[in-house]
Amino acid sequence: MRRLLLLAVPLCALAVTATATGGRSGPSASCAKADLQTVDDGKLTVGTDNPAFPPWFGGTPPKGSKWKVSDPTSGKGFESAVAFAVAKQLGFPKAQVEWTYVPFAKSYAPGSKSFDVDINQISYLPARAKVVDFSNSYYDVNQAVVVNKGTPAASVRSVAGLRKFRLGVQIGTTSFNAIVNVIRPFSKPRVYDTNDKAVFALKSKQIDAIVVDLPTAFYVTAVQVPNGKILGQLAAKTGEHFGMVLKKGSPLTPCVNQALAKLKANGTLRRLQATWLSKVAGAPVLK
Amino acid sequence: MSARRRGEGRRGVVIALVSTVVVFAGLGFAIANAPGWPEIHRQFFDWAEFRSTFPEILSAFWLNVKIFCISEALILPLALLLAVVRGLPGPVFFPARLLAIAYTDFFRGVPTIIVITLLGFGAPALGLSGIPTSTTFWGIVALVLVYTAYVSEVYRAGIESVHPSQASAARSLGLTHGQSMLYVIVPQAVRRVIPPLLNDFIGLQKDTALVGVLGSIEAFKQTQIDQAASFNFTSGLVAALLFVAITIPLARFTDWLVARDRRRQLAGAAA
Repeated sequence: MRRLLLLAVPLCALAVTATATGGRSGPSASCAKADLQTVDDGKLTVGTDNPAFPPWFGGTPPKGSKWKVSDPTSGKGFESAVAFAVAKQLGFPKAQVEWTYVPFAKSYAPGSKSFDVDINQISYLPARAKVVDFSNSYYDVNQAVVVNKGTPAASVRSVAGLRKFRLGVQIGTTSFNAIVNVIRPFSKPRVYDTNDKAVFALKSKQIDAIVVDLPTAFYVTAVQVPNGKILGQLAAKTGEHFGMVLKKGSPLTPCVNQALAKLKANGTLRRLQATWLSKVAGAPVLK
Repeated sequence: MSARRRGEGRRGVVIALVSTVVVFAGLGFAIANAPGWPEIHRQFFDWAEFRSTFPEILSAFWLNVKIFCISEALILPLALLLAVVRGLPGPVFFPARLLAIAYTDFFRGVPTIIVITLLGFGAPALGLSGIPTSTTFWGIVALVLVYTAYVSEVYRAGIESVHPSQASAARSLGLTHGQSMLYVIVPQAVRRVIPPLLNDFIGLQKDTALVGVLGSIEAFKQTQIDQAASFNFTSGLVAALLFVAITIPLARFTDWLVARDRRRQLAGAAA
């Protein structure tokens, strides 16, 4: 009898898993709100990292809020505004947009997702697109180098001149790729888990320069490192852009792209850029 | 042995074999048929990703090896010193004992990652001239601080496990407290705690991955870089195998060391 039971356990497991397979629905053709399957019925759940930094997010988190530095739910800051604009196109007014904390690594972890779209300055890369869906571009990115004023690195005028310095960067960014592929420094860069750690290391002169996207560079020099200066931007690598991340094969992806196309055509995207990223123009390009 | 008992032995082997096959085949089948398996297979067990990330992770792993070798070389003597200080007799040494206890309590209790972060980001930020800014240096300092606390407790357990009659015998031969520790107690204590010492050494090896928070590219940080680039977790498997490749031979070596020691002691008893 006991032996029979021993056999029965794995067999039961087989039976359960056999019935659980299958049942993944294909993309629905319609982008009407009633046809959209979202994580939370009747709501659009948008993910981003916490703390959320300007100029991508703005507003002051209210007391007791889980959000730090900025408040994604405020609609202030470029990405917050874009997310709400896309949601509106899809038929979700501001009250039906739910924000959730999604650390970067969680955005692409396999399994079910806790968000419908994730917006977190994530650059499109072909390898990444194999495991998640990317929306089309909502922002075309340039990389910039930030240094401390009055240090040897601050007098550099060329990309080649940067090679002998100790560079720092946030992990998982295309800024890292820019260091490895464009600057090609003599010593390995320091790679930090978050951008604020990289910024701290720059501020306390543990490193000579950091590479960040240009809008972030303006925030870093304006707020985080008062003694910082934008050395310049790296010559634009064609086609680098931020996209929203969705579950691979999500039926929402074509709908988000439709919404983004509309926002581009009617000038909303340009207007939001002018509002939240206006100071961004005019950093010299490093040759 | 009777024929009946031999028969039971054979039956036992057969049952063990069948049950093992059934359990593992069942588990394998259940996992391979789980609804999320194709996704897991693609994102965790991708052979092309494994091969392409291996060389860089291997070279980054060299930093882990450097960190744990240097750290362990410092930890072993420092921890022994700490354990001996904690065992010093007499009221004169009360402050020394107190400090040793406070040190151990504090550094055993604080999460290693916090010690590394505070020291690694804090100390260089002081801006004092002459203070190193090397992340590896501060990572090693933090690991030595934490693991010295752990390992000193292992030594202390070993020292206290040596029967008091050994100390009495040593003192009655005219050895001072210091001499009896050095020649009688500590050698016996250290032999007894080799397996737990290895345990902590393996813990240290794995914790070298925490030094990555300071920005230096060690094996785990390299896997995170690879993961972020391709959104594929296979590189984690590469690092896991590298760590295991070091710890398993080390564990067998310690087993052998302990067995040899035991044989020698028993041989001594027989003579």
